[in-house]
Amino acid sequence: MIRYIERTKAYYRAQGFDRDYQWAMNTETPFSKPAKPLESARITLVTTAVVEPNIPKPIRTAKSYPFSEAPAQFDTAELSWDKVTTHTDDRETYFPLQALDARIAAGDIGSLAPRFHFIPTEYSQRHTRDQDAPLIAQHCLEDAVDLAILIPL
Amino acid sequence: MESKGIATVVIGSALDILQRAGTPRIVFNDLPLGNPVGIPFDRAMQNQTLAAALELLYQAQSPGAIQTLPHRWSASDDWRANFMAITPSNRAALLALGDENRRQRQLNRAQGLFRP
Repeated sequence: MIRYIERTKAYYRAQGFDRDYQWAMNTETPFSKPAKPLESARITLVTTAVVEPNIPKPIRTAKSYPFSEAPAQFDTAELSWDKVTTHTDDRETYFPLQALDARIAAGDIGSLAPRFHFIPTEYSQRHTRDQDAPLIAQHCLEDAVDLAILIPL
Repeated sequence: MESKGIATVVIGSALDILQRAGTPRIVFNDLPLGNPVGIPFDRAMQNQTLAAALELLYQAQSPGAIQTLPHRWSASDDWRANFMAITPSNRAALLALGDENRRQRQLNRAQGLFRP
Protein backbone atom coordinates (compact mmCIF):
# COMPACT_ATOMS: atom_id res chain seq x y z
CA MET A 1 0.00 0.00 0.00
CA ILE A 2 1.29 3.44 -0.90
CA ARG A 3 1.55 6.04 1.86
CA TYR A 4 0.16 8.90 -0.19
CA ILE A 5 0.49 11.60 2.46
CA GLU A 6 4.22 10.97 2.82
CA ARG A 7 4.67 10.69 -0.92
CA THR A 8 2.89 13.92 -1.77
CA LYS A 9 4.86 15.76 0.92
CA ALA A 10 8.13 14.65 -0.65
CA TYR A 11 6.87 15.42 -4.14
CA TYR A 12 5.87 18.99 -3.39
CA ARG A 13 9.03 19.60 -1.38
CA ALA A 14 10.94 18.53 -4.48
CA GLN A 15 8.97 21.21 -6.35
CA GLY A 16 10.31 23.83 -3.98
CA PHE A 17 7.26 24.28 -1.75
CA ASP A 18 8.40 24.86 1.81
CA ARG A 19 5.10 24.28 3.59
CA ASP A 20 3.56 20.80 3.56
CA TYR A 21 -0.07 20.44 2.62
CA GLN A 22 -2.27 19.78 5.63
CA TRP A 23 -4.57 16.90 4.80
CA ALA A 24 -8.00 17.08 6.41
CA MET A 25 -8.16 15.37 9.77
CA ASN A 26 -11.38 14.67 11.64
CA THR A 27 -11.54 12.71 14.87
CA GLU A 28 -15.32 12.56 15.01
CA THR A 29 -17.38 11.15 12.17
CA PRO A 30 -21.12 11.63 11.76
CA PHE A 31 -22.81 8.37 10.81
CA SER A 32 -26.25 7.41 9.55
CA LYS A 33 -27.58 3.98 8.79
CA PRO A 34 -29.57 3.82 5.54
CA ALA A 35 -33.11 5.02 6.04
CA LYS A 36 -34.61 2.51 3.62
CA PRO A 37 -33.82 -0.97 2.34
CA LEU A 38 -31.70 -0.99 -0.80
CA GLU A 39 -34.55 -2.10 -3.06
CA SER A 40 -36.48 1.08 -2.23
CA ALA A 41 -33.58 3.49 -1.63
CA ARG A 42 -32.65 6.42 -3.85
CA ILE A 43 -28.98 6.67 -4.71
CA THR A 44 -26.61 9.27 -6.14
CA LEU A 45 -22.95 9.75 -7.06
CA VAL A 46 -20.50 12.43 -5.95
CA THR A 47 -17.42 12.99 -8.09
CA THR A 48 -14.35 15.20 -8.25
CA ALA A 49 -14.12 14.75 -12.03
CA VAL A 50 -14.77 18.03 -13.80
CA VAL A 51 -17.90 18.70 -15.86
CA GLU A 52 -17.10 22.28 -16.87
CA PRO A 53 -13.36 22.68 -17.51
CA ASN A 54 -14.03 26.12 -18.98
CA ILE A 55 -14.53 27.39 -15.42
CA PRO A 56 -11.04 28.25 -14.10
CA LYS A 57 -9.89 25.81 -11.43
CA PRO A 58 -9.39 28.42 -8.67
CA ILE A 59 -13.05 29.45 -8.77
CA ARG A 60 -14.76 26.11 -9.32
CA THR A 61 -17.38 25.36 -6.69
CA ALA A 62 -19.64 22.44 -5.93
CA LYS A 63 -22.42 21.99 -8.44
CA SER A 64 -25.18 19.49 -9.14
CA TYR A 65 -26.16 18.26 -12.58
CA PRO A 66 -28.97 16.07 -13.95
CA PHE A 67 -27.65 12.55 -14.58
CA SER A 68 -28.85 13.00 -18.16
CA GLU A 69 -26.17 15.69 -18.54
CA ALA A 70 -23.29 13.53 -17.31
CA PRO A 71 -20.55 13.89 -19.92
CA ALA A 72 -19.37 10.80 -21.77
CA GLN A 73 -15.89 11.89 -20.70
CA PHE A 74 -15.32 14.10 -17.69
CA ASP A 75 -12.27 16.34 -17.69
CA THR A 76 -9.64 14.83 -15.41
CA ALA A 77 -6.50 16.54 -16.74
CA GLU A 78 -5.98 18.78 -13.71
CA LEU A 79 -6.57 16.06 -11.14
CA SER A 80 -3.72 14.25 -9.46
CA TRP A 81 -3.93 10.62 -10.53
CA ASP A 82 -1.33 8.18 -11.81
CA LYS A 83 -0.87 9.42 -15.36
CA VAL A 84 2.21 7.23 -15.86
CA THR A 85 0.39 3.97 -15.24
CA THR A 86 -3.22 4.37 -16.25
CA HIS A 87 -5.83 6.55 -17.98
CA THR A 88 -9.37 7.78 -17.37
CA ASP A 89 -10.82 6.89 -20.78
CA ASP A 90 -13.26 4.45 -19.19
CA ARG A 91 -15.75 6.58 -17.25
CA GLU A 92 -16.97 3.56 -15.31
CA THR A 93 -13.66 3.44 -13.42
CA TYR A 94 -14.58 6.59 -11.49
CA PHE A 95 -18.26 7.25 -12.32
CA PRO A 96 -20.00 3.86 -12.48
CA LEU A 97 -23.31 5.04 -13.84
CA GLN A 98 -23.83 2.11 -16.23
CA ALA A 99 -23.19 -0.36 -13.42
CA LEU A 100 -25.57 1.53 -11.17
CA ASP A 101 -28.25 1.71 -13.86
CA ALA A 102 -27.97 -2.04 -14.36
CA ARG A 103 -28.53 -2.71 -10.65
CA ILE A 104 -31.52 -0.36 -10.66
CA ALA A 105 -32.97 -2.03 -13.77
CA ALA A 106 -32.56 -5.40 -12.04
CA GLY A 107 -34.62 -4.10 -9.13
CA ASP A 108 -31.76 -4.34 -6.62
CA ILE A 109 -31.78 -0.58 -5.94
CA GLY A 110 -34.90 1.58 -5.69
CA SER A 111 -34.04 4.50 -7.94
CA LEU A 112 -31.43 6.88 -9.25
CA ALA A 113 -31.60 10.42 -7.89
CA PRO A 114 -32.28 13.13 -10.48
CA ARG A 115 -28.87 14.74 -9.97
CA PHE A 116 -25.23 13.81 -9.39
CA HIS A 117 -22.80 16.15 -7.66
CA PHE A 118 -19.42 17.63 -8.49
CA ILE A 119 -17.14 18.67 -5.66
CA PRO A 120 -13.86 20.35 -6.56
CA THR A 121 -10.55 19.12 -5.19
CA GLU A 122 -9.70 22.15 -3.12
CA TYR A 123 -6.51 23.32 -1.46
CA SER A 124 -8.71 24.99 1.16
CA GLN A 125 -10.37 22.66 3.66
CA ARG A 126 -12.60 25.58 4.64
CA HIS A 127 -14.12 25.81 1.17
CA THR A 128 -14.86 22.08 1.14
CA ARG A 129 -16.21 21.92 4.67
CA ASP A 130 -18.15 25.18 4.89
CA GLN A 131 -19.30 25.78 1.30
CA ASP A 132 -19.13 22.77 -1.02
CA ALA A 133 -20.17 19.91 1.27
CA PRO A 134 -23.21 21.71 2.76
CA LEU A 135 -24.42 22.63 -0.73
CA ILE A 136 -24.26 19.03 -1.90
CA ALA A 137 -25.94 17.80 1.27
CA GLN A 138 -28.72 20.34 0.72
CA HIS A 139 -29.23 19.23 -2.88
CA CYS A 140 -29.31 15.59 -1.78
CA LEU A 141 -32.05 16.43 0.72
CA GLU A 142 -34.02 18.26 -1.98
CA ASP A 143 -33.70 15.14 -4.14
CA ALA A 144 -34.76 12.81 -1.28
CA VAL A 145 -31.48 10.89 -1.54
CA ASP A 146 -30.96 7.98 0.86
CA LEU A 147 -27.54 6.75 -0.26
CA ALA A 148 -24.51 8.45 -1.79
CA ILE A 149 -21.39 6.91 -3.30
CA LEU A 150 -18.47 9.35 -3.21
CA ILE A 151 -15.65 8.61 -5.61
CA PRO A 152 -12.66 10.96 -5.44
CA LEU A 153 -10.11 11.20 -8.22
CA MET B 1 -24.38 14.36 4.54
CA GLU B 2 -24.25 11.72 7.26
CA SER B 3 -25.41 14.25 9.85
CA LYS B 4 -28.45 14.93 7.66
CA GLY B 5 -29.38 11.25 7.48
CA ILE B 6 -27.76 10.31 4.16
CA ALA B 7 -25.65 7.16 4.34
CA THR B 8 -22.40 7.50 2.39
CA VAL B 9 -19.59 5.29 1.20
CA VAL B 10 -16.32 6.35 -0.41
CA ILE B 11 -14.71 4.18 -3.09
CA GLY B 12 -11.05 5.13 -3.10
CA SER B 13 -7.44 4.12 -3.48
CA ALA B 14 -5.61 6.51 -1.11
CA LEU B 15 -6.47 4.80 2.15
CA ASP B 16 -4.25 6.88 4.42
CA ILE B 17 -5.86 10.11 3.23
CA LEU B 18 -9.38 8.73 3.62
CA GLN B 19 -8.72 7.41 7.10
CA ARG B 20 -7.18 10.67 8.27
CA ALA B 21 -10.28 12.50 7.07
CA GLY B 22 -12.51 10.32 9.24
CA THR B 23 -14.45 8.75 6.37
CA PRO B 24 -17.57 6.87 7.59
CA ARG B 25 -17.34 3.93 5.16
CA ILE B 26 -14.48 3.10 2.80
CA VAL B 27 -14.29 0.56 0.00
CA PHE B 28 -10.58 0.38 -0.68
CA ASN B 29 -9.14 -0.71 -4.01
CA ASP B 30 -5.34 -0.76 -3.89
CA LEU B 31 -5.03 0.33 -7.52
CA PRO B 32 -3.21 3.23 -9.19
CA LEU B 33 -4.96 6.55 -8.54
CA GLY B 34 -7.42 7.30 -11.34
CA ASN B 35 -9.47 4.12 -11.41
CA PRO B 36 -10.89 3.64 -7.91
CA VAL B 37 -13.79 1.48 -9.14
CA GLY B 38 -11.56 -0.91 -11.04
CA ILE B 39 -9.25 -1.50 -13.95
CA PRO B 40 -10.40 0.21 -17.19
CA PHE B 41 -12.94 -1.88 -19.12
CA ASP B 42 -12.84 -4.68 -16.53
CA ARG B 43 -16.60 -4.73 -16.01
CA ALA B 44 -16.51 -7.74 -13.68
CA MET B 45 -14.10 -5.98 -11.30
CA GLN B 46 -16.07 -2.74 -11.46
CA ASN B 47 -19.32 -4.56 -10.70
CA GLN B 48 -17.68 -6.25 -7.71
CA THR B 49 -16.56 -2.90 -6.36
CA LEU B 50 -20.04 -1.42 -6.71
CA ALA B 51 -21.53 -4.48 -5.00
CA ALA B 52 -19.05 -4.10 -2.13
CA ALA B 53 -19.98 -0.43 -1.75
CA LEU B 54 -23.71 -1.21 -1.62
CA GLU B 55 -23.08 -3.97 0.88
CA LEU B 56 -20.94 -1.80 3.14
CA LEU B 57 -23.63 0.90 3.19
CA TYR B 58 -25.85 -1.60 4.95
CA GLN B 59 -23.35 -3.75 6.86
CA ALA B 60 -21.39 -0.99 8.62
CA GLN B 61 -22.46 -0.64 12.25
CA SER B 62 -20.24 2.31 13.16
CA PRO B 63 -18.10 4.95 11.41
CA GLY B 64 -14.67 4.01 10.13
CA ALA B 65 -15.77 0.80 8.41
CA ILE B 66 -13.32 -0.37 5.75
CA GLN B 67 -13.80 -3.05 3.13
CA THR B 68 -10.50 -3.89 1.44
CA LEU B 69 -10.94 -5.56 -1.93
CA PRO B 70 -8.42 -8.09 -3.27
CA HIS B 71 -8.14 -6.50 -6.71
CA ARG B 72 -4.65 -6.05 -8.17
CA TRP B 73 -3.50 -3.87 -11.04
CA SER B 74 -1.19 -6.50 -12.49
CA ALA B 75 1.13 -9.27 -11.49
CA SER B 76 3.85 -6.67 -11.16
CA ASP B 77 3.93 -3.98 -8.47
CA ASP B 78 6.20 -1.67 -10.48
CA TRP B 79 3.52 1.03 -10.69
CA ARG B 80 3.87 1.75 -6.98
CA ALA B 81 7.41 3.07 -7.39
CA ASN B 82 6.54 5.17 -10.44
CA PHE B 83 3.87 7.35 -8.85
CA MET B 84 5.22 10.81 -7.92
CA ALA B 85 8.71 9.40 -8.26
CA ILE B 86 11.61 11.73 -7.49
CA THR B 87 14.75 10.71 -9.35
CA PRO B 88 18.08 12.39 -10.16
CA SER B 89 16.86 12.81 -13.73
CA ASN B 90 13.60 14.63 -12.92
CA ARG B 91 14.69 16.92 -10.06
CA ALA B 92 15.21 19.95 -12.29
CA ALA B 93 11.91 19.35 -14.06
CA LEU B 94 10.07 19.13 -10.74
CA LEU B 95 11.54 22.41 -9.55
CA ALA B 96 10.51 24.04 -12.83
CA LEU B 97 7.01 22.61 -12.35
CA GLY B 98 6.87 24.16 -8.88
CA ASP B 99 8.06 27.51 -10.21
CA GLU B 100 5.37 27.48 -12.88
CA ASN B 101 2.76 26.53 -10.29
CA ARG B 102 3.77 29.41 -7.99
CA ARG B 103 3.79 31.85 -10.92
CA GLN B 104 0.30 30.71 -11.95
CA ARG B 105 -1.03 31.10 -8.40
CA GLN B 106 0.24 34.68 -8.24
CA LEU B 107 -1.30 35.40 -11.61
CA ASN B 108 -4.64 33.94 -10.51
CA ARG B 109 -4.73 36.11 -7.41
CA ALA B 110 -3.80 39.19 -9.39
CA GLN B 111 -6.66 38.48 -11.77
CA GLY B 112 -9.13 37.98 -8.95
CA LEU B 113 -9.39 34.25 -9.61
CA PHE B 114 -9.92 33.01 -6.08
CA ARG B 115 -12.79 31.95 -3.86
CA PRO B 116 -13.75 34.10 -0.88
